[in-house]
Amino acid sequence: MLEAANLTCERGGKILFQKLSLRVSKEDLLRIAGDNGSGKTSLLRILCGLAWPAHGEVRWKGEPIRRLGEEYSRSLVHIGHASGLKDELTAAENLAVTCTLAGIRASDPAIRDALGRFTIAPERQVRHLSQGQRRRAALARLALSGDVPLWLLDEPFAALDAAASALVEELVRAHAGRGGAVVYTTHQAAALRDTRVIEL
Amino acid sequence: MLATARAIVYRDLLVAVRRRSDVAVALLFFVIVTSLFPLGIGAEPNLLRAIAPGVIWVSALLSSLLSLRRLFEADHDDGTLEQMLLGASPLGVVAAAKALAHWMVTGMPLAVIAPLIALQYDLAPQLFGVLALSLLLGTPVLSLIGAIGAALTLGLRGGGVLLSLLVLPLYVPVLIIGAGAVEMASAGLAPAGQLLLLAALLVVAAAFAPWAIAAALRISLE
Amino acid sequence: MKWFWYASPQTFYPLAGTIARASGIVAALLAAAGLYIGFFVAPTDAQQGEAYRIIFIHVPAAWMSMFIYVVMACWAALGLALNTRLSGMMASALAPTGALFTFIALWTGSLWGKPTWGTYWVWDARLTSELILLFLYLGFMALQAAIDDPRRADRAGALLAIVGVVNIPIIHYSVVWWNTLHQGASVSVTRAPTMAATMLTGMLLMALAFWAYSIAVSLVRVRCIIRERGE
Repeated sequence: MLEAANLTCERGGKILFQKLSLRVSKEDLLRIAGDNGSGKTSLLRILCGLAWPAHGEVRWKGEPIRRLGEEYSRSLVHIGHASGLKDELTAAENLAVTCTLAGIRASDPAIRDALGRFTIAPERQVRHLSQGQRRRAALARLALSGDVPLWLLDEPFAALDAAASALVEELVRAHAGRGGAVVYTTHQAAALRDTRVIEL
Repeated sequence: MLATARAIVYRDLLVAVRRRSDVAVALLFFVIVTSLFPLGIGAEPNLLRAIAPGVIWVSALLSSLLSLRRLFEADHDDGTLEQMLLGASPLGVVAAAKALAHWMVTGMPLAVIAPLIALQYDLAPQLFGVLALSLLLGTPVLSLIGAIGAALTLGLRGGGVLLSLLVLPLYVPVLIIGAGAVEMASAGLAPAGQLLLLAALLVVAAAFAPWAIAAALRISLE
Repeated sequence: MKWFWYASPQTFYPLAGTIARASGIVAALLAAAGLYIGFFVAPTDAQQGEAYRIIFIHVPAAWMSMFIYVVMACWAALGLALNTRLSGMMASALAPTGALFTFIALWTGSLWGKPTWGTYWVWDARLTSELILLFLYLGFMALQAAIDDPRRADRAGALLAIVGVVNIPIIHYSVVWWNTLHQGASVSVTRAPTMAATMLTGMLLMALAFWAYSIAVSLVRVRCIIRERGE
């Protein structure tokens, strides 16, 4: 489904990685590993289309993503370092807007349900949430993204407690089981077992 | 596409309502600046009546500029801008929605309280309508053009002043025609021509600015 | 295909040097001819005396200031469309020269105003338009100076230049209208006296001289930019 050919990434005059190629197919769990600063986030952003590589190309179902534009964006979920939540809105309002922007149709009960699974009170404004709670509120989106084929997650397990980590793992495995693909980065040694690994 | 635009406008309005201080500060700035001119020039009624349209328009320009800086910066900081970039709708729709929300929060209130300021300048009451209408037609153009500047200067140091330098020359036609409409009316001539010109500028800006804003966002975020 | 061979900064570098040298010589010759005609050959004006001679610098400078902006915008559009590095560099190289000519036009216009109308600045339509054009140039240069990444600087400047060039006619016509609204029938300070043939020749020669000068200077500047970026 997703194919990256000969990617070279340059940040601040330094070459982070070059001639990197990878392939992600259905039911694939791919982990991008590496130390801090090795380019994991940059690679993920290049795969999303948020950043452009110095050389090389990313293809979705054979077509370069540059040409696909929104068609590609609709087929992926990207959760990065930033929470993607507005402080002044409640968790429920944030999630509702996020789903609308992503083209996902989600009813009110479904949103509450998703937030409930991550034990986030839907009616609290995000500015009153702790760091970990914000992370969970941002990840709650995954519970509604079952139909989106590609998940690109940047450090999904960071700042999460055991219960939340387990929940994320469950969602990720379920998604792969349904035929989706998940690419995630982590520098923590503990990660999902039996995933393919790319070292940067 | 419409759903996306509606969601973005709704979100920005909610944020503005819950952080009322931002909106209030911009309006307060408008009121303060218009109060400064008589203090600097003298309060001779005939003089004030003559400069009123220009002063109110220039102050509206500057107030509009104030809030432009945060238009995309806030979204950039908390990650929502990336969400919009990766959204299901074209970036142009997002850009138009952001500009519309900006206008509703800054430009529209300005047009509403402008007649109050005009009272301070002893502007003839029959000109209030033209004044408000000119601002109502002109401030959306300011939001649209300003958004291009805001997108270009996203994340740059010295952004606020740089933004002003980039955007103020482009504001000149709107200023001239908008203030000119009120001056024509005060001279007893029909302002319809100028108001129609403003409407035309608005249509052209609404058609082309979203494309430019989207291109600028992509350039700034690469 | 020959054009694309020169689209690489490395191959363009020596070519730019050659053209710059030739252009510089042409500029010097044309300027000498133009100034000679302007200051010695052209007849004294009946109304304005000798002071009018400054139009031989003022008007060509104003023409060049506009022309360079349009050329800059063209290079910018080319760079955005074809994604070539050199186009962006050319646009950046042209801007300071364009700003210089705008400043010269403003300064000479103001010098002309003093003996003719008694003040150094009148808010006449042409001078006011030139002033706004100067702001557009300075904005372009400021934007590029504020961005560290050369690629982003080129592309952001390009977009600004294109937005600017689209706005220039609108700005100009609104300023012209503004001038009629507020000054009524007052005469434009920059209206040249009725043209004798020699005056026109002089101005054209100066315009061509400025054009050749711009080519020379911007090519030298582009060579500096190429070296700076280590191409």
